[in-house]
Amino acid sequence: MVAPHVDVSNDEHAELLACRSLVTLRINGRETKLTIAPWTTLLDLLREHLDLTGTKKGCDNGQCGACTVLVDGTRINACLTLAVTKDGSEVTTIEGLSAGDQLHPVQKAFIERDAFQCGYCTPGQICSIVGLLREGRAKTTRDVRELMSGNICRCGAYANIVAAIEDVLTEASHTPDGEREP
Amino acid sequence: MRAHVASYDLVQPGSLREVLTLLAREPGVYRPLAGGTDVMVVYAGGKLAHTKFVDVHGLRELRGIVVTDDAVTLGALTTYTDVQAEPTLGREFPMMGQAASETGGWAIQNRGTLGGNIANASPAADSPPALLAYDASVELTSTRGARWVSYATYHTGYKTTVRAEDELVTRVRIPRIAPGAQGSRVHMFRKVGPRKAQAISKVSFAACVDVDGTRITSARVALGGVAPVVLRVVATEGALVGADVTTLDVAAIGATLSREVTPIDDIRSTARYRRRVAENLFVELTRKLKAHVGLGSQAR
Repeated sequence: MVAPHVDVSNDEHAELLACRSLVTLRINGRETKLTIAPWTTLLDLLREHLDLTGTKKGCDNGQCGACTVLVDGTRINACLTLAVTKDGSEVTTIEGLSAGDQLHPVQKAFIERDAFQCGYCTPGQICSIVGLLREGRAKTTRDVRELMSGNICRCGAYANIVAAIEDVLTEASHTPDGEREP
Repeated sequence: MRAHVASYDLVQPGSLREVLTLLAREPGVYRPLAGGTDVMVVYAGGKLAHTKFVDVHGLRELRGIVVTDDAVTLGALTTYTDVQAEPTLGREFPMMGQAASETGGWAIQNRGTLGGNIANASPAADSPPALLAYDASVELTSTRGARWVSYATYHTGYKTTVRAEDELVTRVRIPRIAPGAQGSRVHMFRKVGPRKAQAISKVSFAACVDVDGTRITSARVALGGVAPVVLRVVATEGALVGADVTTLDVAAIGATLSREVTPIDDIRSTARYRRRVAENLFVELTRKLKAHVGLGSQAR
């Protein structure tokens, strides 16, 4: 376990408040216990405390979707979520999607369809898509675009991202036993 | 830049009773934090003045939607995703789902709550105009007890409400009407922002109008972004009720609406643009009413 990062402050009261909340999360299948300042976002916990830097910090205020992760299977913006409010939850990040060298179908489809340029938004896009598949609401191209509106790609790879999603949706409809291929 | 993390405190009582006890013991000291989709944005901008928060997001007592014969009652922690998934709301109160679907992206809709939207009291929020148009009530609970207030009287000024410092928004109630009891119903929700998704509205508009034949029997029209509070335009409603849709004086009633709104210039838009959009949305409502009546008479 990585030692908790302590913020330096001149304010004595603030010092007392820092690093006093215990949080237990199951991150990518591993139980993780940390003592953190209560106002630590899930995003900072992942990146600064656990070095899970696959989840990206873009706008840091809920507009871009780069920090999208799955909490108990539901996609949320990690930058807007205080980690202690998710105590006991299962968190899945981009690092937790593949099974060893076996990529998740969405990761494979992204490579097949060249669904990125700079790649900065990609981990958030992929986690968001895994959430989207689980929700089961996306039936048409229009649904896909609407339900992915929270993930912005500044390079503008949208056409290929949508194509990758549709590949996975088509494949999933042929393999009813789940998202992950054997 | 983001505010200093160690300056902020969050306490997490396990139950509603404990939260209410804390709010009663130190009124105004702890501010409730639910989905965080408003508070965290202010925090990220380094502008969150309040430093002590109480986590209410885990309170089971504030979750769930209950449908009875006379109302749909939503727990304060109902998310925008929950609103869109509820079939009775979809059938009878479609503007609730429309407003929810236009609030941020999907990840925001999974976190943001109806109670938080109400308590945050932004005049630009998306759900409040729909709640006003559906004549909703809000339950405020403290250790002193619970009380229901009409949502139309909830907001008292810019970001001020009738909620006392020891009270928590706990439920929202939308009254149902018996099918066919008031003729037929026209719903119109429109959000006007800089782009279609992921934007805060410049103006929002929600109208729920009951029509019997061609006569308007009831009208509730509410707007966001055009006043210090989400606003019901009661004089406009008064001019609509009793009028015949086929002979509606659109210009005169539109002028009434224009007098009722008091938009301002700010970072998102100008007063002039907002006033014009509000007027145009009213014209759109009248067209919708005329089309509705026309189709109704054909069906007969």
